[in-house]
Amino acid sequence: MARIELDLAHAYRPNPQQDSDYALLPLKMTFEDGGAYALLGPSGCGKTTLLNIMSGLVMPSQGGVKFDGQAVTQRSPQQRNIAQVFQFPVIYDTMTVAENLAFPLRNRKWPADQIKQRVGVIAEMLEMSGQLNQRASNLAADAKQKISLGRGLVRPDVSAVLFDEPLTVIDPHLKWQLRRKLKQIHHELKLTLIYVTHDQVEALTFAEQVVVMTRGRAVQVGSAADLFERPSHTFVGHFIGSPGMNFLAGRSNGSAFETAGATLPLAAGAELPSGDYKLGVRPEYVSLATANAPGALPMEVRQVQDVGTHVILSAVREGVLVKARLAPDSTQLQVGDTAWLQVMGSHTCFYKNEEIVA
Amino acid sequence: MSTTTKPVNQKAWFLILPMLLCVAFSAILPLMVVVNYSVQDIISPERRVFVGTEWFAAIMRDEELHGALLRQITYSFAVLAVELPLGILLALSMPAKGWKSSAALVIVSLSLLIPWNVVGTIWQIFGRTDIGLMGAALQGMGIEYSYTGNALHAWLTVLLMDVWHWTPLVALLGYAGLRSIPDAYYQAASIDGASKLDVFWYVQLPKMRGVLMIAVLLRFMDSFMIYTEPFVLTGGGPGNSTTFLSQFLTQKAVGQFDLGPAAAFSLIYFLIILLMCFVLYNWMQRVGTQAKEAGHE
Repeated sequence: MARIELDLAHAYRPNPQQDSDYALLPLKMTFEDGGAYALLGPSGCGKTTLLNIMSGLVMPSQGGVKFDGQAVTQRSPQQRNIAQVFQFPVIYDTMTVAENLAFPLRNRKWPADQIKQRVGVIAEMLEMSGQLNQRASNLAADAKQKISLGRGLVRPDVSAVLFDEPLTVIDPHLKWQLRRKLKQIHHELKLTLIYVTHDQVEALTFAEQVVVMTRGRAVQVGSAADLFERPSHTFVGHFIGSPGMNFLAGRSNGSAFETAGATLPLAAGAELPSGDYKLGVRPEYVSLATANAPGALPMEVRQVQDVGTHVILSAVREGVLVKARLAPDSTQLQVGDTAWLQVMGSHTCFYKNEEIVA
Repeated sequence: MSTTTKPVNQKAWFLILPMLLCVAFSAILPLMVVVNYSVQDIISPERRVFVGTEWFAAIMRDEELHGALLRQITYSFAVLAVELPLGILLALSMPAKGWKSSAALVIVSLSLLIPWNVVGTIWQIFGRTDIGLMGAALQGMGIEYSYTGNALHAWLTVLLMDVWHWTPLVALLGYAGLRSIPDAYYQAASIDGASKLDVFWYVQLPKMRGVLMIAVLLRFMDSFMIYTEPFVLTGGGPGNSTTFLSQFLTQKAVGQFDLGPAAAFSLIYFLIILLMCFVLYNWMQRVGTQAKEAGHE
């Protein structure tokens, strides 16, 4: 087990000139020993590259990687003692399930009785004890992926276990189970787990700390609550939550925020220097207000979506769209009505150049 | 259990009728002609005698045939034993991408483009001790090399010729198999701490199984029916040391005009190849799939 420190940048082509040439922009990051992390971002944001750099499959073009303070940039995955599970199941066709699970240990010259015991423990955890003597190549995709997971977890002394979207091929209901299983395994084995995914639910339920990435940049590192309450970048606001955060472009005059042809007084005690900003507020924190309430906008209702547990109201004013997530039956509003929506509040954030300022 | 029965409609059999006709004209009818010959003694177009299984009995007792069959089997297995490992080795050492891989592919497949009898002629000249590179070189090293006089030399030369001609086919098939292995397998193996040999044994070879099976069957069938190259190179000699089955058959049918025994033998030849392919295929389907190591039971 190890603390992983990254201070690097990576470009797949030589001589990168501009930001778009980089797969990973310069970043500095630390993964604590024994933590459960998720790298979350859309396809092509650099999360797999980051993972492969940590495991040693890819060499960063600038900077380096440290494990427990020791530079390991030049070392192979084997020397780093990393375990990695890939998106698609990788199994050794000619071996049985037990032999597959034992393979990493056998290559490290473990005594046979210890291998057997450890394989038993892992198989028990993955609920594969009954299949140990079956040939791995005849199993279904999800069972094969469980073997891949098992091979990642079988070594108790690894620096970290890295998962590269490991549940892509798994059925939804089994996905849920396996995710819980992984969390439980994390508690039992106390391994450092780093999990790459583009599924926010997966990331937020699995990890203690989520790294949100976009276009080769890690824009925020934080717990699920941090990402939800105070997204430090507009991308995080968009990406996390369903629907994502509402953004209203406007300008501040020091005491009030002008947007969509209305002036909203800032909350008492809040300070915002004059200038252009984006106001961000989660649909969960937008509420219905009485007419002319301070911090509320009169908007025309465009859509009322009843999704069972709640109602999603979409309203427009001067080309600005705001979505609100309301309790069911809390509104009789119809399309075309005017609704006063409270956008100013304690959970409202302000962004300048996409970064949070207040 | 549900008691619903599937509707039965046997009319679908008519759909395979066109295919059946094609196969009948291309394979079954010609084969029947051979069957016809094999059970009759045709003395002249007007005079023919039904002899039953007599030709079969006679040909099975033919000493010359026994010799040719034994030589053939030895030869075919020697071909497989050399070409398969060599082809795999070649495939493993070929560059994986870039212009080098294209160049390697072209160079490796060159020998496949040469017609059979040209191959025989090339090696006939190549092995001559007066003007041939190989023959002269061996002579120079003090080896009394002669593919026309020494039975072993002739046999080895025919084998070497086939290896030169057809190993590239095995290499190309193996190369295709290797390229279809996703990178993740190599990465996972490296993370699992597998050695190069482990990667070959547990990743590459199992993933190449399908294409190698095709290679084995193709090479086996082809070498079992080899005719042109030894015919051009040695003419079956010296003695009959390189007379393989198809040449034996040709001598019988065309040389001596013994159509009855030749037809009977054609059928036996066909059955031998069918049987061998069946056995080889089934064996390879199974090999490695039931291998279980003690200790993890």
